[in-house]
Amino acid sequence: MGNAKMGAERPLSPHLQIYRPMLTMMMSIAHRVSGASLAIGFLLLAWWLLAISLGPEPYAQVSGFFGSIAGRTLLFLFSWALIHHMLGGIRHLIWDTGHGLDKVSIEIFAWATIIGSTTLTVLLWVVGYWLQGAF
Amino acid sequence: MATPLARVRGLGSARRGTETFWRQRMTAVANVPLVLFLILSIVTHIGASYEEVHAYLARPLVALALLALVVSAAIHMRIGLKEIIEDYVHGGAKVTAILLATFFAAGVGLASIVAILKIGLGS
Repeated sequence: MGNAKMGAERPLSPHLQIYRPMLTMMMSIAHRVSGASLAIGFLLLAWWLLAISLGPEPYAQVSGFFGSIAGRTLLFLFSWALIHHMLGGIRHLIWDTGHGLDKVSIEIFAWATIIGSTTLTVLLWVVGYWLQGAF
Repeated sequence: MATPLARVRGLGSARRGTETFWRQRMTAVANVPLVLFLILSIVTHIGASYEEVHAYLARPLVALALLALVVSAAIHMRIGLKEIIEDYVHGGAKVTAILLATFFAAGVGLASIVAILKIGLGS
C-alpha cells in the first residue's frame, strides 16, 4: 500500500514487540510456522511420489533417506507440524462459526492443540514402530 | 462500500472479497480427512517393498484420494504462503515472493499429480 502520498508519517498500530508474549499469540505464530514448514513437507511428498512412479531404484534412494536418522527426524518434525496445523486449523474452523471466542475457551483451545498435537504425534510414531515390530 | 481509490486498486467491495477466505476454509475442511488418509497410508506401509507400495498407490480409490489431497493442499498452501508474504514482505520483493510461492505450489502439486497418474495408469 505504500506509495509516496499515502505513506506519510502515520501512527502505526502496536505490533508484536509491544506485547508481553502470550500463549494464544504463540499459537498464532506456531500455526503460521507449521503451515509454512509444511511447504517443505509437500516437496518431500512430491519427491516420494515421483520416486515411486520412476521405479525401484529411485524408490530405494528415497526410502534410504527417509529411513536414516536425519530423514526420520525430519519426518517426525513434519508429522508434528502437520498434526499441529490440522488441530490449529480445526480450532480456526470452530472460531469461524462464532463459537469459542471467549477468554477461557481460547486458552483451553490453545492447550488442547499443544497437548493434542504432541500426544497424537508420539502415538503415531509408537504405532509406526510397533507395526514394524520394534516392540 | 469501497471508496473510488480502493475500487481502482482492486480493493474493497468488488463482490469477491470473501472468495479467498472461503476457498481456504473449503480446502481446510477437505484436507482433514485426506491428510488422515495419507498418514494412515504411510504408517501402514513402513518398510513395505516397492511392489507393495506401488500396487497400493495404483488402486483407483487411493489414487483418487491422493489426487484430491495434492490439489486441495496446493491451493491451501498457495493462499497461506501468500497471506504470510503479504504481511511481512513489501514492495517489489512481495511480488517476486508471491510469484515464487505460486510457482512452487503449482510445481509440487503438478509433479505429484503426474506421479500419481503415472503410478495409477501403469508403466
